[in-house]
Formats: sequence, structure tokens, C-alpha cells
Amino acid sequence: MEHIDFSLVDWSRAQFALTALYHWLFVPLTLGLSFIIAFMETQYVRTGNPEWKRITKFWMTLFGVNFAIGVATGIILEFEFGTNWSNYSWFVGDIFGAPLAIEGIMAFFLESTFIAVMFFGWNKVSKKFHLLSTWLVAIGSNLSALWILVANAWMQYPAGMKFNPDTARNEMVNFWDVLFSPVALNKFFHTVTSSYVLSAVFVIGVSAWFLLKNKEQLFAKKSIIVASIFGLVTSFLIIITGDGSAKNMAKYQPMKFAAMENLYTGRQNAPLAVIGLLQKDKTDTILDKQNISLKIEIPSLLSIMAFQDANAYVPGIHDLVNGNAEHNILSYKERSDKGKIAITSLAEYKNAKKTGNDSIANAALTKLNENYPHFGYGYYANRNVNELIPNIPLTFYSFRIMVGLGFHFIALFLVVWILAKKDKLEKKRFILYTALWSIPLAYIASELGWVVTEVGRQPWVIQDILPTIAAVSQIKSTSVQITFWLFFVIFTGLLIAEIKIMLSQIKKGPETELIENEIRIN
Amino acid sequence: MFETFQYITLQQYWWIIVSLLGAILVFLMFVQGGQTLIYTLGKTEDERTVLVNLLGRKWEFTFTTLVTFGGAFFASFPLFYSTSFGGAYWVWILILIAFVVQAVAYEYRTKPNNLFGKRLYEILLFINGLLGTILIGTAVATFFTGSGFSVNKMNLTLLTGNKMPIISEWTGLAHGLEAAFNLQNLSLGLTVFFLARVLALLYFMNRVNNTKIMERVKKQLLYNAIPFVIFFLTFTIWLLFSKGFAVNPTTKEVFIEPYKYLHNLIAMPAVAILFLIGVLLVLIGIIRPLMCFEKCSTKGIWATGIGTILNVFSLFLLAGFNNTAYYPSTFDLQSSLTIENSSSSFYTLTVMSYVSLLVPFVIAYIWYAWRSIDNKKIDIQEIKTETHVY
Ligand code: HDD
Ligand code: HEM
Ligand code: HEM
Repeated sequence: MEHIDFSLVDWSRAQFALTALYHWLFVPLTLGLSFIIAFMETQYVRTGNPEWKRITKFWMTLFGVNFAIGVATGIILEFEFGTNWSNYSWFVGDIFGAPLAIEGIMAFFLESTFIAVMFFGWNKVSKKFHLLSTWLVAIGSNLSALWILVANAWMQYPAGMKFNPDTARNEMVNFWDVLFSPVALNKFFHTVTSSYVLSAVFVIGVSAWFLLKNKEQLFAKKSIIVASIFGLVTSFLIIITGDGSAKNMAKYQPMKFAAMENLYTGRQNAPLAVIGLLQKDKTDTILDKQNISLKIEIPSLLSIMAFQDANAYVPGIHDLVNGNAEHNILSYKERSDKGKIAITSLAEYKNAKKTGNDSIANAALTKLNENYPHFGYGYYANRNVNELIPNIPLTFYSFRIMVGLGFHFIALFLVVWILAKKDKLEKKRFILYTALWSIPLAYIASELGWVVTEVGRQPWVIQDILPTIAAVSQIKSTSVQITFWLFFVIFTGLLIAEIKIMLSQIKKGPETELIENEIRIN
Repeated sequence: MFETFQYITLQQYWWIIVSLLGAILVFLMFVQGGQTLIYTLGKTEDERTVLVNLLGRKWEFTFTTLVTFGGAFFASFPLFYSTSFGGAYWVWILILIAFVVQAVAYEYRTKPNNLFGKRLYEILLFINGLLGTILIGTAVATFFTGSGFSVNKMNLTLLTGNKMPIISEWTGLAHGLEAAFNLQNLSLGLTVFFLARVLALLYFMNRVNNTKIMERVKKQLLYNAIPFVIFFLTFTIWLLFSKGFAVNPTTKEVFIEPYKYLHNLIAMPAVAILFLIGVLLVLIGIIRPLMCFEKCSTKGIWATGIGTILNVFSLFLLAGFNNTAYYPSTFDLQSSLTIENSSSSFYTLTVMSYVSLLVPFVIAYIWYAWRSIDNKKIDIQEIKTETHVY
């Protein structure tokens, strides 16, 4: 047995974060653009207007370029649970594996089959069947998002399971509780709608570029109208579901919530800091306290946001770590003691079973079950509780940037939609430039959403039950370092290639492609 | 319905599904085989374009099957996922990288401004074909030859002494790469490699309409069939005469049994018959086109393809059924994985079994969709009029 290797844990986390963030660069566009394309092709089939077919095919080409690299980066993630988080794979594989398998059977095959019809079927199948295929691609990719997000939500809020001491793992007891947990539903809708918003911004931005270059006016305006309506509708859903995410977080992951709001001391009528600057508090050397300066606060809003009640008490970092008897909050020390009892009882149970001593086994089992909700804290019995606090500035700022950008996009959709309707858009160069530069902002908002989610739940891989230090695989940390850099180099190379190809496809525009095809056919 | 089954029945059912997925995956690796033949068969740019496009329309299938194989294995036998992937780290990572670079290669190869140029993407396709097939073959061979690892679930309770609470430990210093230096493993790896090339050639015969390419295909068929048969026989004979990892059905103790896999074949006549039919079909599919190339070249892929599926399927059954440890440990025999000690819970297997009822529908729509776009052979002319080409 080796000592706990922190550099191994950190490199494994870094590798997962790197690969997940890369994968997420491509997924949202797939999720949203597939629907936008399906709307456009529906227009084509309904009106028979070849302009719509050109538009559809243009966006479809960009879709294909993006899709390929999404697939390339996705396969790593699936297998990383085994390669880098092998203990995790056993400890919760009984629950976590199922969504991954269902995703393959239900979603990936649907997507990859009909994507072939979508790309290669134009001259081979009927218009209706082609349209159906395009819709099925959109449905397939969104179904795949459903299952993977159910899996992720379950890690934030492990529902529908029970620990089995004989197999030493958690086992599923109710599939529907896993699938329909409030966290899963909310996460799914928030994430897919955020992807629709990103795609709408993408389509508007690219179309704005055409207008700026005085090219393809009709194409650009049609695209902008479809995208801005799509974006507006989904933006409101983002706010509703985002608010739902925050409520769930306050309920099930209070530490993440406190970190996201930099709430150090719990209180009633907690205010929400809309913006502010964090500074490390020099007087506090234990709990990584941060002071907020230059802030704009809305009184009581945080309490309302979290619990729909201005008087509601929102616990702070201090309360969660040191406990608060008045509000029934156990300190981390108490929780880690209980966790330690759970873990040692498991050992006792196993040993008693081996020697056939049933009464000791039963007593140990009772202790284990009583203390199981604190199981993961047991691994911190001999350590510093500070390790249980996530990175506060990162979650705090990421959240604010994401939300701020969300409102920026709503304004953008409204403005371009109205201007496009009035046919005044091409003259408003400032708006067009804003639209163009909003494309990278959409990616930033989306990635930062995941930073809030994943950094905020540190150190838990499974909330309260399994920390990262007990989830890794036993490999040399140098091996993980090498693969980290390998993936870094490969993915970055592919990303640059993708961006270059995208840009030259955009520059080529829809028109040329049609002419090319006609020449080919003639 | 599935709730009324016995636990062991569900475990066997899922071993069958995983085996089938693995078998279909090996068949679909004709895409990988084809990728190593692009320059051998295509001497002009146009000819290569035809070949790349034929493979390009199928690569996603192979890829998705691999992903689903992984997911299904995870859901049904999580201890395997945990032990093998984390332990044989380097083998799996190399396999994954080989597939990462494939996924973009088709889409980006001929696109303008693709940063690396056409040749590099073709090299990536070649790497995928070479490493993907050989390493997957090698990794599967360890189902029979074993690896050095130990599994101890009590490690989860290690809190004192600053030890790592990790249940699976690997003893091989090369973290999986050591498997590639075992000749028996390697013989299966090379079998898969040459089989994939043979299947690719048969696929081209079925789909390409171009006499020049066909002449080269015919020559290559013989060149690749011979090493395939040699390596296949080497592995099979070796397997049947080697010792295996048996499980005592009552005590669940694992022990070494001479001729274990031969015994399994005899104990399960149905599997033996499947295996023999498989071998026959594989050979028929190869030999017939060699004898009467002009007339019977198009059906070979079906015979050899179905034969491949039957063969790989029965090999998996030999590894997992009849009280055998399918993922044996050479370091600590009792840590070996069996379908009983590594599976998911009864409840999860039940849920997953309901999901498996979807599979026939999936196969049906795949069949329907492909039929509707793949109805005639492809020639250079057709590729030139396509709107979406790789
Ligand atoms: C274009 C992207 C985008 C935009 C504009 C927003 N979000 Fe978001 N948000 C995401 C993209 C995203 C995401 C990438 O989809 C995340 C990451 C994980 C998840 O569930 O969704 C996310 C997570 C996330 C979380 C963390 C959930 C958790 O930890 O489980 C909260 C609390 C919010 N969001 C709240 C909001 C609110 C109140 C918004 C108001 C406008 C908002 N988001 C806009
Ligand atoms: C089903 C989906 C996902 C699962 C199951 C998942 C799981 C994990 C795991 C196991 C880790 C490493 C352990 C840890 O440090 O906590 C992790 C970390 C991380 N993940 Fe996720 N993840 C998912 C989706 C994503 C996505 C889509 C992104 C971003 C685009 C993301 C971003 C991150 C980041 C940034 C970290 C690093 C956190 C840190 O090291 O502080 N995750 N996630
Ligand atoms: C960390 C967990 C994740 C894993 C293990 C994972 C796994 C994969 C895999 C293996 C693929 C390639 C599949 C194929 O087509 O053959 C893929 C693609 C895809 N994934 Fe992920 N993924 C993760 C996170 C996410 C998230 C959070 C979403 C959606 C919200 C998502 C949505 C998709 C979609 C839509 C595709 C299709 C290809 C594409 O969009 O480019 N994935 N993923």
C-alpha cells in the first residue's frame, strides 16, 4: 500500500476537468444547432423554398464539423471513470453505470444512424424521411444529454440508492428516484436550455458577420429571426431553471451555496451580492474567509432565492464547518467522527461475518447504517477540515459572470429580433459587432456554469459519501501527468483545426456551395 | 418479467449481451482494417476518395458500438471496469487515443484550411487501424491469460496510517502494456488486425464498382487471409491446450485447471457448435471469392462477418461461462473476476434487462436507415456528385 498521493489526486482531477471542459466546448452547439437546423428544414419542406434548403445545408456543414470533435472528446470521458476513478467505479458503478449504458443504447445509436441519413440522404430518401431524420438527430443528441446529466445530477444528490455492506458498494434501489430526482430534472432543463441559448447566439453572431460584410443578406436575416425567437424563449427557461438550480443547491449542497455566495456567517434575511470584489481576510487563517468590497447588495434576496422566504436562515461557511446547534447543523468534526464510525463499523461487520459472529455483525451493521450519511467525512477524520471547503473566489465569480451574461443575451435577442423585424438591422454596425463578439461570451458562460457546479462541490465526487481522495485509481501520478499533457496537446491541436475549418466554411458561405453542387450535377 | 429471474440468470443474460456487443464490435472493425489499406488499394486520389468515403459512412457505427460496449460493461460488471481500466491504464489510454484521432479524421481530411493537411489525417486513420485492432485484441486475450492484480474491498476501510483506500491494485509496472509483450496475447491481437483487413476487403468487394481497385483487393485478400489463419490457429490451439482459471461452484474458490477451455468447449456443446459454424462461415466467406472472384465476390462479407460474430461470441462465452473466471488474476488467484462476483446488483441488472428490450428496435431502424441510403455500389462518378464527401 502506498501513502495517499495528493499529486495523483490533483492530476486526476485536472485531467478530468481538462477533458470535460474540452468536451463541453462542442456539446452545447450540437444540442441547440440540431434543433435550429430541424426548424429550418421544416420551413423548407413546408414552403418548398430552395433558399431554406441552402440555409439548412449551410448550418448543417458547421454542425458536422463541430459534431466530429464532440464525439472525439466524449469517448475519453466515459472511460475515464474507469481509468482514473476506479474506486468510484466500484463504489457507485451499480447506479452510475446504468445511465451511461442507456445513453449508448437509446441515444448514441439514434444520433449516429440518422446523422448518416441527414448528411448522405439528400438525393436518396424522400423529403419527409430526410426531415424526420434531422429531427431524430436533434432528439437523439438531447436524449444523450438527458442520461449523462442524470448521472451527473446523481453525484450531486445521490438518490434512490442504499449501501450494501456485503458487496461494499452503493446499490440502486429505485431507478425512478434516480431518473426523476428534482436535481436531475432541473439540471437537465437548465443545461439543455443553456445550450439552446448558446446555439442561438452562435447563429446570430455568424449571421451578423455576413451582414457586416454585406453578403447574403436574405440568408442572414432569415437565420437571425429563427435564432432570436429560439433564444428568447429559451432564455426565460434558463432563468427559471437556473433559479431552480440555486434552490436545489441551497437544499442539498449548502456548502457549495455558501461558497458561491461567499456567505461566511449564516443569517436570516441574507442579502444577495450582485457584484463585488473578494479579498482574503488576513485575520482568519483557519477558514479561508474572504471579505467582499465594492459590492452592490439586494437585501434579503438570497434568503428568498434559496427558500422563497425573506426570513429564512441561510447557513454560512462558518456554521457548516463549526456547527450551529440552534439550526441543527453538525460541525465537520462531528460529521467526520460519525463518518469514521461508519467506516470502522464496516470493517467490523466484514470481520465478524468472516468469523461467523452474527451478533457482532448485526451490532456493527446498525452503527454503520446510523452513520452512513456521513460516510465520506470519515476519510477526513485525521485531517484539516479546510480541505472540505471549495475554492470560494472561483465559484463566486464564475456564478456572477454566468448570470450576468445570461441577462446580456436576453437583451441581445430582444434587440436583434426587433431590428430584424423592422428590417433595420444591417445598418446598426455596433449591434452587429456586439452580436459577433457575443459568441465567445456564450461559451464562457456555459463553461463557467460547470465550474460553479463542479468546483463548488469539492472535494466530493459523490456528495457527502465519496471524496476525491477515496475515488482515484492507483496509478503513478507521473502517468496521469503524461496523459494530461497528451490530451492537452491532442485536444488543443484538434480545437485549432476545428476553428480554422469553421472559419473557412463560414467565409465560403452558403451560396458557393449551391453553385458547386449544381456544377457537379450538370 | 425479469424480476422473477434468478440472479445468476440475469448475470448470464448480461454476459451474453456484453459478449454479443463485443462480437459485433470486432466485426465492425472492418472500418479499422480498411483504414490500413487505403494506400495499398487506392493508387490515385480519386480511388482513395472512394475508399475513404465508403469507410467514412460506417465509422460512427463502430465507434458507437465501442462506446455502448463500454457503457454496458460498466453497468453490468462494474468491478471489471474498476479493475481493468484503472489497472491496465496505458493499454486502454492508447486504445482511446487511437479512437479520438479517428473521430475527426474523416470529417476534417478534405476540408479546406484543416491545419494539418490531408496526409496527416490519413496517418491518423492508419494509426487507429493499427493500434485499435491490435491493442483491443491483446486486451481481450487477457481474459484467458490473466493479469497481475489484486482486489480487496476491505481497503475501503483503511483510515489510519495514511494508506490509500483503493480496492484494486495492479502489480504490472507497465500498467497494462506488459500484456502486449505476451506472445499468446499478441497472437490474438494480430488475429484481430488481419481479420479486420480481410473483412475490409470483403466489404469493398460488396460496395465498390471499380475494376482497378478490385484487382488489388483480390490480391490483398490472399495476402491477409494467410496470416489471419495462421495467427488464429496459433491462438486457438494454444488456448485449447493451455491451463485455465476455474471456479469451484460451491466454495467459489478459483483454481488452475489444465485444459480448462477445452473442457468448457466439451461441456457446452452449443458453444462448440457455434464456434465451429463460425469458423466455417469465416473460411467460406474468404475462400469462395478467391475461387470465383467475378461471380461471388459480394456475399463474402456476410459469411465472414456473421462467422466472426459467432466466433468472438463463443470465445467470450468460453471465458465467462461454465464456472470460469473471465478476468483472471495471475498475482492473486482469489481476486479473479467471475460473472458472479463482479456484476451489478439484482435490481440494476433487472432494470437494465428491461432497457435491453430496446435493442431489437435499434437494430431494426439501423437496418432500415442504411438500406435506404446504401442501395447501390459506389464508383468514382457517384462520389463526385455527392454533396457531402469526406
Ligand atoms: C449559456 C449558458 C448559461 C447561462 C446564460 C446561465 N447558465 Fe446556469 N449553468 C449553465 C449554463 C448557463 C450550465 C453549463 O448548463 C450549468 C452547469 C451545470 C448545470 O447543471 O448547468 C449551469 C449551472 C448553474 C448553477 C449550478 C447548478 C449546480 O451546481 O448543480 C446555477 C445555480 C445556475 N446555473 C444558475 C443560473 C442562473 C440563475 C442563470 C440566470 C440567467 C443562469 N444560470 C444562466
Ligand atoms: C455527467 C457529467 C459529469 C460528471 C459525471 C462529472 C464528474 C466529475 C468528476 C469525477 C470529477 C473529478 C473529481 C473532482 O475533482 O470532483 C469532476 C471534476 C470536474 N468536472 Fe465534472 N463531470 C461531469 C460533467 C462535467 C462537465 C460537462 C464539465 C465542464 C464542462 C465538468 C467540469 C468539471 C471540472 C471543472 C472539474 C474540476 C473540479 C476541480 O478539480 O476542482 N464536469 N467532474
Ligand atoms: C462527464 C460525462 C460525459 C461523458 C462520459 C460523455 C460521453 C460521451 C461520449 C462517449 C460521446 C461520443 C458518443 C458517440 O457518438 O459515439 C459523447 C458525445 C456527446 N455527449 Fe458527452 N459525455 C459527458 C458529458 C456530456 C454532457 C454533460 C452532455 C450534455 C449535456 C453531453 C452530451 C453529448 C452529446 C450531445 C454528444 C454527441 C456528440 C456531440 O455532441 O458532439 N456529454 N459524450
